[in-house]
Amino acid sequence: MSDASLDGAKPRNSLLVADPHTRKRNAAEARFRAYGLGAIVISMIMLVILLSTILGGGVSAFRQTYLEIPVALDAAQLDKNGNRDPQDIRKILTLTYGKILQQALEQTIADKGIAIAGLSDKDVTGMISKEASAQLRNRVLADPELIGQTVTARVLVNGRVDGYYKGRVSMESAARDANTSPAQLQLADALKAQGMLATQWNWSFLTRPDASDQRPEAAGVGIAILGSLYMMLVVLVLAVPIGVAASIYLEEFAPQNRWTDIIEVNISNLAAVPSIVFGILGLAAFINFAGLPQSAPIVGGLVLTLMTLPTIIIATRAALKAVPPSIRDAALGVGASKMQSVFHHVLPLAMPGILTGTIIGLAQALGETAPLLLIGMVAFVRNVPSAPPDGLFEPASALPVQVYNWTQRADPAFIERASGAIIVLLVFLLCMNLLAILLRRKFERRW
Amino acid sequence: MKSAKFTVSALAVIAASASAASARDQIQVSGSSTVLPYATIVAEAFGENTDFPTPVVESGGSSAGLKKFCEGVGENTTDIANASRAIKDSEIEACKANGVTDIMEVRIGYDGIVFASDIAGNDFQFTPADWFNALAAEVVVDGKVVANPHTKWSEIRADLPEQEILAFVPGTKHGTREVFEEKVIAAGCEESGAAEVFKAEKGEDEAESACMALRTDGKSIDIDGDYTETLARIQSAKNGIGIFGLSFYENNTDKLKVATIAGVQPSTESIASGEYPVSRPLFFYVKKQHIGTIPGLKEFTEFFVSDELAGAEGPLAAYGLVADPELAATQAAVADEKTMAAAQ
Repeated sequence: MSDASLDGAKPRNSLLVADPHTRKRNAAEARFRAYGLGAIVISMIMLVILLSTILGGGVSAFRQTYLEIPVALDAAQLDKNGNRDPQDIRKILTLTYGKILQQALEQTIADKGIAIAGLSDKDVTGMISKEASAQLRNRVLADPELIGQTVTARVLVNGRVDGYYKGRVSMESAARDANTSPAQLQLADALKAQGMLATQWNWSFLTRPDASDQRPEAAGVGIAILGSLYMMLVVLVLAVPIGVAASIYLEEFAPQNRWTDIIEVNISNLAAVPSIVFGILGLAAFINFAGLPQSAPIVGGLVLTLMTLPTIIIATRAALKAVPPSIRDAALGVGASKMQSVFHHVLPLAMPGILTGTIIGLAQALGETAPLLLIGMVAFVRNVPSAPPDGLFEPASALPVQVYNWTQRADPAFIERASGAIIVLLVFLLCMNLLAILLRRKFERRW
Repeated sequence: MKSAKFTVSALAVIAASASAASARDQIQVSGSSTVLPYATIVAEAFGENTDFPTPVVESGGSSAGLKKFCEGVGENTTDIANASRAIKDSEIEACKANGVTDIMEVRIGYDGIVFASDIAGNDFQFTPADWFNALAAEVVVDGKVVANPHTKWSEIRADLPEQEILAFVPGTKHGTREVFEEKVIAAGCEESGAAEVFKAEKGEDEAESACMALRTDGKSIDIDGDYTETLARIQSAKNGIGIFGLSFYENNTDKLKVATIAGVQPSTESIASGEYPVSRPLFFYVKKQHIGTIPGLKEFTEFFVSDELAGAEGPLAAYGLVADPELAATQAAVADEKTMAAAQ
């Protein structure tokens, strides 16, 4: 419209037939739309590839193969003195329970008349997860009366046999594999035909702690979820009040001078500092100087708070700026103090923006691994931390850390576990982002 | 205002609990990623079979672990450092400077280093000299030092398959790299007679580094990640040969084919007997000053080296650790809490 060349130009053609210039402009627009569409298609393809690899590899982590066999808890092995003294029973280690499980499985094979050519002792022993003996021991310790009885035990099977029912292991690969054999898989099939072995939904993936390299079938993300939640709690409790207070002061009260400019530049700068730097700071300040424990969610939370603060401050300041000055003027005009105008009028109106910024900051912190590397959270943790506040000082892991740890393990079954943990992390992130959108939709006001 | 009150009280709760933080009751372990699987297996079994909590095991490499270990004495420092190499004198000095004076050295066993390629590929029978001729920056051809001209294995020795040279070598931050350079490349340099020629041409000092310098023309690729990355590289470049720890190979025998060195097949037996040449001892270092302060530290150390775990029939051997023939001596040293200074 302000295009000077169009002024006074006579239309050389009719309006119904486009002239070359119009055709050119229309073509340019059509091309631009095609580019835009192309960009979206490319990113969608990437997303689909990413999600399908993760889902394809990880969904199976939520299913697990279990074996149900009758186990005779032999009193001669488990309670040599025959007095059911808990102290004596405690001395019997998981090794003995492993043997009892092995005998039980051999007995079952004999009872059911399963005969498989080339089935070695190693195949039978290796069938049951090493985790099972610990579970059986705990069960007996909790109820010593079980000794001497025959109980039905539901035990995890070895990761390779589990992989066979998930399509990761085949008879051909088993023949080459040092940790399983076709005979072992045939035994599993025979037990399945008897209805003793089944692949079921696996809640324990979400609740169990990590497990060592020898028992991928028992590994879960329980402690990682808890650790991540604790850290988010610390971030929420610290970063939100500090961040919001800082932005309100900077935006509403602080004088505009050189100092506030310097602070502003520094905050924007901090937002772009690589996260590992915050880890170095955390190690120096919180562990070495303040003497806080290693591997603890409190330290992780403090480090992530520092990392999230700039994001929250920038988002909050933008939200405060978006509140029209007329609101402030009206409040001041009817005699409100500066603070009343901010807390009664500006802050509630800026709330949706602040919440969105906070949740995005939290989501960013949730997926962060690098700063945790230096404060000892990239670790193997088996003991479930207690409830906060005490639990904040006990060792825990975190979801992205768990993914990182599992991708380094030698056993291929851990790749499935890592993908499963990524799915859990993605669900968390999706929920947080959905919440951010919902809050914005609900509270947003436009002028 | 309600939310402000809530946050203030929440801050107060945090501050109050910070001051009431209880003493640490679990053992903290850090260090080598090679020792990590063994340490986690032992930690898990320790937690299951005793009333002590399961130790927390971190990875991050031998050097990083020892650095952390040497930071000082006290509850917020680690108790044990895993290492895939012996502690260096400079590290002992650093420890001393920070007050860590009593260190117990515990050798848990040996780890083999194997050369493996894709399961569907060619069979390889290597000698250290083959590796030197394939990967060294400079080799000796007809008595002259030249930049490495070899592009195919068959050019090095006629019985090797006609396959492009492509090797995935652990990066310099790995302890495995040091062993590879020392026991394979440098040994091959001697074996092939190149060391003599280097010495004659460059002098004693230069010859040693010339023996260990790897070519940089893309035939030897440094892997800074872990063995899983090497495996992924081999699966995409089928003619590549990777360097792995024995335990990693044993967990992936369905995807990898192992090469012999000097005619010896790597296995826990051939490494224990010393026939297979490429192996190294694995250690962990215990802060003796923490025994008595951190509950279960001595019990854990004894548990680690017990026959049930570290012995030839134990779970560590099943995972790929080569049991130490002198385990009994180690057990005795641990029982006496013998420190490194006392051993010297």
